[in-house]
Amino acid sequence: MNTALLPLFVAVPLLAAGLLLFVRGPLWLRRALLLGPSAAAMLAGSWLIWLTRDGTVFAHNVGLWQDGIAIPFVADVFSALMLWTTALLALVCSMFAIATGDDRQTYFSPLVLVLTSGVSGALLTGDIFNMFVFIEVMLLPSYGLLAMMGVLGRLKAGRIYVTVNLLTSTIFLAGVALVYAAAGTVHLGELAGAAKESPMVAVGMGVIILALAIKAAVVPIHGWLARTYPFTSPAITALFSGLHTKVAIYAIYRLYALVFDGDAKFLWIGLVAFTLTMAIGVMGAVGEGTTRSILVFHMISQIGYILLGVALFTELGLMAGIFYLIHHMIVKASLFLSTGAIEHTYGTGELDRLGGIAKREPLLGLIFMGAALSLAGLPPFSGFVAKLSLVIAAVDDAQWTVAAVMIAVSLITLMSMLKIWGGVFWGKEPEPEGSDQAPVTAAGNGAVDTLTRPKIKMSLIVPGLILTATTLCIGLGAHVLLELSAQAAANLLDTSTYVEAVLGR
Amino acid sequence: MTLAITIGILVAGGVYLMLQRGMVRIVLGLLLVGHGANLLLMSSGGVFRRELPLLQFGWGPQTADPLPQAFVLTAIVIAFSIAIYMLTLAASGSDDDTEEAS
Repeated sequence: MNTALLPLFVAVPLLAAGLLLFVRGPLWLRRALLLGPSAAAMLAGSWLIWLTRDGTVFAHNVGLWQDGIAIPFVADVFSALMLWTTALLALVCSMFAIATGDDRQTYFSPLVLVLTSGVSGALLTGDIFNMFVFIEVMLLPSYGLLAMMGVLGRLKAGRIYVTVNLLTSTIFLAGVALVYAAAGTVHLGELAGAAKESPMVAVGMGVIILALAIKAAVVPIHGWLARTYPFTSPAITALFSGLHTKVAIYAIYRLYALVFDGDAKFLWIGLVAFTLTMAIGVMGAVGEGTTRSILVFHMISQIGYILLGVALFTELGLMAGIFYLIHHMIVKASLFLSTGAIEHTYGTGELDRLGGIAKREPLLGLIFMGAALSLAGLPPFSGFVAKLSLVIAAVDDAQWTVAAVMIAVSLITLMSMLKIWGGVFWGKEPEPEGSDQAPVTAAGNGAVDTLTRPKIKMSLIVPGLILTATTLCIGLGAHVLLELSAQAAANLLDTSTYVEAVLGR
Repeated sequence: MTLAITIGILVAGGVYLMLQRGMVRIVLGLLLVGHGANLLLMSSGGVFRRELPLLQFGWGPQTADPLPQAFVLTAIVIAFSIAIYMLTLAASGSDDDTEEAS
């Protein structure tokens, strides 16, 4: 492959975003510009997965500048898988946004495109400072999207979100400074194994990993996530849930494997923090009363699962973690989209004010149930394979407590999925409400009278359907993704191909 | 040493401001911490190296390292734009910039 094509993952969405600012023309053209780059990125991502499936690593110095000056772009099977999933989510969430009419806001589409461009950049870049820049490119549009779309209280949520993220980015920057001072480089190829040899570099990288952990919402620094995500529009929540925290998780995997070389003496910190994340996240969901806030707390819990893969740092653990990451991105977005379809149509996501939807919308019920079972980890969905391999990895590493917590948390996850199921899909439809109970959380752009109860539009159901079908396919044909994850894990364990590719030009 | 003390003061002041209730103070606090991080980045190139980093003047042990300076420029621009956005957020919506203790 001509490696000069790699930067296109970043450039094409940026270009489309720029065009969208000028094209005031027909709606179909604007929509094509929104969906086109993601669809193209999905195809390119599949191709990249195909090319990297045997462990090949592609590297390109942007602009053909020499090493140390150029921005390196690196793609191995791990980043290719992430790119593909990112593109899939961007495509599906954009479809959902078109169905809800979110995209009629002038700046919606450009912002989403800049966001995906930043995510692709962060996944591909091979140096820490550019990772900081691309994470900022990803965050800046999200600030706008969070405050622009959504329900009452979004400005307050926006304030929390921007404050936390700016502080975290500053911590990240301080970490970059420490690493540069200690190692004299921020290039990942040159930093390989540096933290294992030099405690100074380890301290700097520790600061960076701390910043990434805040961005990934690891307990005890998870509070911001639950206070911000439920307040924007459902399409945006789904997109954020799929991309933002996951970029941080990807970066933790990559940096720990590469710079720390999987140093075993820090792994216990991860084991403790991520086990707590699993347990506390799921308990937070118990007290919540709206579909989205329950799902957001689950997200925190699942982040603990995913990161346990890196905390175990065995081949099996890494493979399970990567598999879990891909599975989780898809399933969580599916759940947010199917409950978002209800929220958009009925104007509320509160469990008390919904009911009996399974009878009215059997297809949507099936979609939600599929994704929920997948999240809880039941066969034949991908969640089963993900959880099982992770539990086996933990047992294999003799981490009995961790394995036990994992299984217990799955049960609680299933229970609270049943809570949404019982509150929203089963049961009686609630009585029409009086005017004294004006809808407090009514979605700004879709509030309808609860008396009339319209049918949910097909175009709102399809995006969730695509994602749930994907998780079913991954579950049934698990060996394909498992093999790819195993290759990605092998690349993380033995970083020599990566380093050679980045430095060897 | 001067730089270390300056960074320390900036971060301490920034953290103090960030712990206040009002949004404007939080923004100012973040700006101070951001400047602290920028100075840290600046000093990571070695502040004793003061000569021009231009090839025509030769390249010696005293030549300044241009890379951290480029980093700082990028970081300043990003922090600046976000600060403007945060001030907008502080000005719109409900006013939580009050002195009253809750």
